[in-house]
Amino acid sequence: MNIVVCVKQVPDTETTRTLKSDDKTLDRAAADGVLNELDEYAVEEALRIKEAHGGEVTVLTMGPGKATDTIRKALSMGADKAVHLTDDALAGSDALQTSYALQQVLGRTGFDLVILGSESTDARTGVLAAMLAERLGVPQLSLANKVEIDGSGIKVQRQTDYGYDKVEATLPAVVSVVEKINEPRYPSFKGIMAAKKKPFETLGIADAGIDAAQVGLASAATEVVDFAEAPPRERGQIVKDEGEGGVAAAEFLASKKFI
Amino acid sequence: MAEILVLVDHLDGEVKKVTLELLTLARRHGEPVAVWVGAGYADAKDKLAEYGAAKVYLAADEELTSYVVAPKAELLAQLVADKSPAAVLVPATAEGKEVAGRLAVKIDSGVLTDVVDVSDDFVGEHSIFGGAVIAHARVTRGTPIVAVRPNAVSPEAAPGAAVEEQVSVTLSDAAKAAKIVERVVQEKGDRPELTEAAIVVSGGRGVGGAENFKIIEELADSLGAAVGASRAATDAGWYPHQFQVGQTGKTVSPQLYVAVGISGAIQHRAGMQTSKTIMAVNKDPEAPIFELVDYGVVGDLFQVAPQLTEEIKKRK
Repeated sequence: MNIVVCVKQVPDTETTRTLKSDDKTLDRAAADGVLNELDEYAVEEALRIKEAHGGEVTVLTMGPGKATDTIRKALSMGADKAVHLTDDALAGSDALQTSYALQQVLGRTGFDLVILGSESTDARTGVLAAMLAERLGVPQLSLANKVEIDGSGIKVQRQTDYGYDKVEATLPAVVSVVEKINEPRYPSFKGIMAAKKKPFETLGIADAGIDAAQVGLASAATEVVDFAEAPPRERGQIVKDEGEGGVAAAEFLASKKFI
Repeated sequence: MAEILVLVDHLDGEVKKVTLELLTLARRHGEPVAVWVGAGYADAKDKLAEYGAAKVYLAADEELTSYVVAPKAELLAQLVADKSPAAVLVPATAEGKEVAGRLAVKIDSGVLTDVVDVSDDFVGEHSIFGGAVIAHARVTRGTPIVAVRPNAVSPEAAPGAAVEEQVSVTLSDAAKAAKIVERVVQEKGDRPELTEAAIVVSGGRGVGGAENFKIIEELADSLGAAVGASRAATDAGWYPHQFQVGQTGKTVSPQLYVAVGISGAIQHRAGMQTSKTIMAVNKDPEAPIFELVDYGVVGDLFQVAPQLTEEIKKRK
């Protein structure tokens, strides 16, 4: 089975994240880049499927040069090889363009299964799996909290607000997984050492057959008009409980007409 | 006046509040037209009219809800081509955003996800990076597709004619590739849905164990609120994962958010920072959650929360 896991390098949630004042895109220099934590579940699920059914796991990322660190983490967890799509022409691409670029690369790598995390912790658009399935013309098995493969058949439980849907399809397919579908493994020392020797392909847009006119900030279908730091919330009243704290809180709720 | 399509979010005819919010928002920018997909319209009709739907495009064919997401996007793409709306509004729920994503590819239009307000020319306001930054963005190509966060707008009733027009779409094979063979509706009791609720009461690490979550549930029930949990609580297995509020869980924006035993790490703040009023109970006076609150009680939640619950019941 040819499994491709799409991962993204994102700014560490614990650091100060902002946009750049000139082109209003993510300021990647301002924060440490880490593997999007929701992608760890995707990597883990890919490894489990490979362990159960055989095959190969390829990590695919699109991003600037330093995203290499992110790929290394996925390789050290146990993925077999990596493809890094990186090109200055891709900078500022929105989700629509990113899905196009990844589609082009996936056309090159081939796939039985494409696995993604449910969303990135920076942009949080949650649209990429759906866009990729649409572009690739394969089943969209997104928001899965359980994945079962039987030959060319695939069954997932799709998490919904009311519970879940049982969904069935035939491979090839695009799957996105939700947090807690599994417990991602930590890279072992052996895994970290082995990762350094694994095949690692770096592609520019020309290598991947990507049309330069369809990617990058200038041709994006969305644009950030302006941005500003959110005004800090006015600090409210803090009281210390001396035995009547619950009553005082109720008083506050009543004053705001919640009760 | 140009039509603005609003994809109705419903569960078998029970219209979600976010739909009424979208109709309210649509009315400010054009003629609100509801797009109904699936069964149960008879139960929903009056509600859509009450909140201002001028028209309803009715696609009742249950085939459209038998497959994951793609049929809704195909229907909307066809309506965009036939009716030339000024914009398409969908709820910024997990599924709503996926519909938006597929539609964007189909009609080659830009999509704005998770907006908290829409101003003239469909400029969307976004609260990003856990609420630290407010950004405005717009669609520069095609018909704007805008996914609006639940609770971003107060729904206002304004009667509409709700003139029905039957619509249908012939699904492509690709849209029928992921078949829903069973819908499993898990028992939720009488509590409102987390992302839709006007009031949310959440418990965190301080709650200390699964059995103690009944304190949170009792407080929530006294307020008619939904129950949420911090990642510390869901990771520990004290409360089911789907109730997690935060960076990797649900984003909520209720009228009132009550954080009990939650320190307020960025992971959690990212999911609740846009709440209108915030209250917290925590024993640590230095907990970062107190930087956000309108009202905070420094104290033992096992004393304060039950007392608050009792007091609320007394005042009813």
